[in-house]
Amino acid sequence: MARVLDTSETGPGITRLRIDAPRVAKHWRAGQFVIIRPTARSERIPLTIAAADPHAGWIEVIVQAVGRTTMAIAATPAGGDLCDVVGPLGVPSDLETYGHVVVVGGGVGTAVAYPTAVALAAAGNRVTVIVGGRSRDLVILEAEMRAAGLEVIVTTDDGSAGLHGLVTDALATIIETDRPDRVIAAGPIPMMQAVAAATRTKGIPTMASLNPIMVDGTGMCGGCRVRVDGEVRFACIDGPEFDAHKVDFDVLTLRNRAYREFEQSQRAMAETP
Amino acid sequence: MAIPRQPMPEQDPVARGRTFAEVNLGYEVETAVLEATRCLACRRPPCVAGCPVGVRIDEFVPLIATRDFAAAARIVAEDNALAAICGRVCPQEAQCEGVCVLERKHRSVAIGNLERFIADWDRERGGSELSPPTPTGHRVAVVGAGPAGLTCAADLARMGHEVTIFEALHEPGGVLAYGIPPYRLPRDVVDAEVGRIRELGVSLETDAVIGMAGSIDDLLHAEGFDAVFVGSGAGAPRFLDIPGEDLVGVSTANEFLTRVNLMKAYRPGATTPVYDLQGARVAVFGGGNTAMDAVRTALRLGASDAMIMYRRTIEDMPARREEIHHAEDEGVQLMTLLAPIEFIGDDEGRLTAVRLVVMAQGEPDSSGRRRPEPIPGSEFIEEIQAAIVAIGNDPNPILRRTTADLDHTSRGTIVVDPESGATTKPGVFAGGDIVTGGATVILAMGAGRRAAREIDECLRADA
Repeated sequence: MARVLDTSETGPGITRLRIDAPRVAKHWRAGQFVIIRPTARSERIPLTIAAADPHAGWIEVIVQAVGRTTMAIAATPAGGDLCDVVGPLGVPSDLETYGHVVVVGGGVGTAVAYPTAVALAAAGNRVTVIVGGRSRDLVILEAEMRAAGLEVIVTTDDGSAGLHGLVTDALATIIETDRPDRVIAAGPIPMMQAVAAATRTKGIPTMASLNPIMVDGTGMCGGCRVRVDGEVRFACIDGPEFDAHKVDFDVLTLRNRAYREFEQSQRAMAETP
Repeated sequence: MAIPRQPMPEQDPVARGRTFAEVNLGYEVETAVLEATRCLACRRPPCVAGCPVGVRIDEFVPLIATRDFAAAARIVAEDNALAAICGRVCPQEAQCEGVCVLERKHRSVAIGNLERFIADWDRERGGSELSPPTPTGHRVAVVGAGPAGLTCAADLARMGHEVTIFEALHEPGGVLAYGIPPYRLPRDVVDAEVGRIRELGVSLETDAVIGMAGSIDDLLHAEGFDAVFVGSGAGAPRFLDIPGEDLVGVSTANEFLTRVNLMKAYRPGATTPVYDLQGARVAVFGGGNTAMDAVRTALRLGASDAMIMYRRTIEDMPARREEIHHAEDEGVQLMTLLAPIEFIGDDEGRLTAVRLVVMAQGEPDSSGRRRPEPIPGSEFIEEIQAAIVAIGNDPNPILRRTTADLDHTSRGTIVVDPESGATTKPGVFAGGDIVTGGATVILAMGAGRRAAREIDECLRADA
């Protein structure tokens, strides 16, 4: 059992939870995730650790309620318990001093990008964050990242905030005017694929934080396997960050659709009062 | 010998092949007593030596014959913390029963069935009281709550040490929880046996991935444990490494069985999905016990055709004979001397077929079995909607990556002294599949027992 200490809404259907998890908080580094099973009947799902305090013993996750399990997590009130919180899992982000690093976060993927962006700045990099959302209220963590001293560029598909357009439009501009030494992308697969395409021809090293389906998150099932440079890799223990120029995004897209019908029926069940 | 070996009553094969209820029904009291009277109570019992944890078979079986079930249960419990499990899943034919003196002329005493009978009898009455040990003040961490870790923890607790088990999954049991299906090993049996180990005073911390949430060094230094036993198993699945293995519909046996057994995907209303196998043609690749578990599980999930595809012959299969026969009785098709060379999918990336090649038996290889070799021009395509890869596991790399001074072999197993289980790292012991590679429940338990004895000696010597 892990106690939820605090919850807050950071956008429509997007909830931030602070969870009492001393062992996870103590060992966490940016780029790692937890597996959460909200109730004894629930499935296990991965969520990135957005922040942690090793002394106070808490971690924070940001969850977008898109299916039955994420709805159950988001609905856990402060003072309530999550059945299982396992972590930290995955390989931490590389935090060398690269120079100018552009971190691209799309939608709730910004929650994945955020801790790595902060840690890269702390490692002596100049960090520009491009945060994209469909509209103004789906852009998350902007204030936190500005408060952390990061340069933030906001883009919205509908132009309701920041630049009108996609994160890749903003990235293209930066590549021309202020060439980054490294790019990190986290968000929907088409977005990460587009970022990889934009940097590949320019030879800019680019990492993508992949989001395949997971079960155990500890390397024992291979459900999260991805193709990287033609090789099978497990996102849970070899990733989740991989060289975006070597990732087979088509395989990731196909495999993430494996349980679509089941997920839709589960969502319908969760929404039925 | 007048009395024949008493058969184990079983559910009807056709009916049981569609449910997750236990296949073997267990002995009635009179059957158990009758079977126990077959034991000759040898003066130098080979069966005891044949048991990896040395259960005193020569003592408990005659006690069943004289109906002193309580005394029989106590003797079993003293040597085996997981007797109800071992009675069900041990390959007795290769261990205690294989060396029974009756086996030469008649059939061996059904030691496994009797062990199961007495452990079930005992559990249904709340379990034997074991005398509480004198606390030693020493603390031992056990990494992994599978058969090796549970046995080691139980033994150490009986010796008076304070034991904490760290388990990565949300339930203890290791392969007993995620791998072996409930129709072979009901979950309440596992829960009861783990519960009894906790009654011995063993603490269990689930959701704790050692190597990620703290290292072995953290356990020894920051958390103040005097010794560590690593029983983390061999849980990293191997792949066939053929084209199309990324298609939706292809999974490892570990993933399939974890979804079904640990996450209960077979139950109506489950929130963890599993491929819909209703009316599907399912191929399982491999010939071991895991392959049999997977194929019989597929049948229970409604597969129209549940097929084992194995590159050698039935005689070469590493699975227990009993498992192979159960599978066949339930309607599993055993297709042998076949190897997959490619998975074929549709535009949506879903598996639709497998391309196979027929194998011929060549010269004997290092395993003593004749090496299968593809027959040129024999390729054909078989339509399938799901494929389950059950060709073995390697040790999980997490501990290896986070504990630099623990020596490993090139296969990723931990190097230990085979007698003591001591690793190259002072204070750290290991046993079970993490040392041997994928083996059996009882061998892992034997390793846990030997390590517990050694850890006890070391701790007492240091004090």
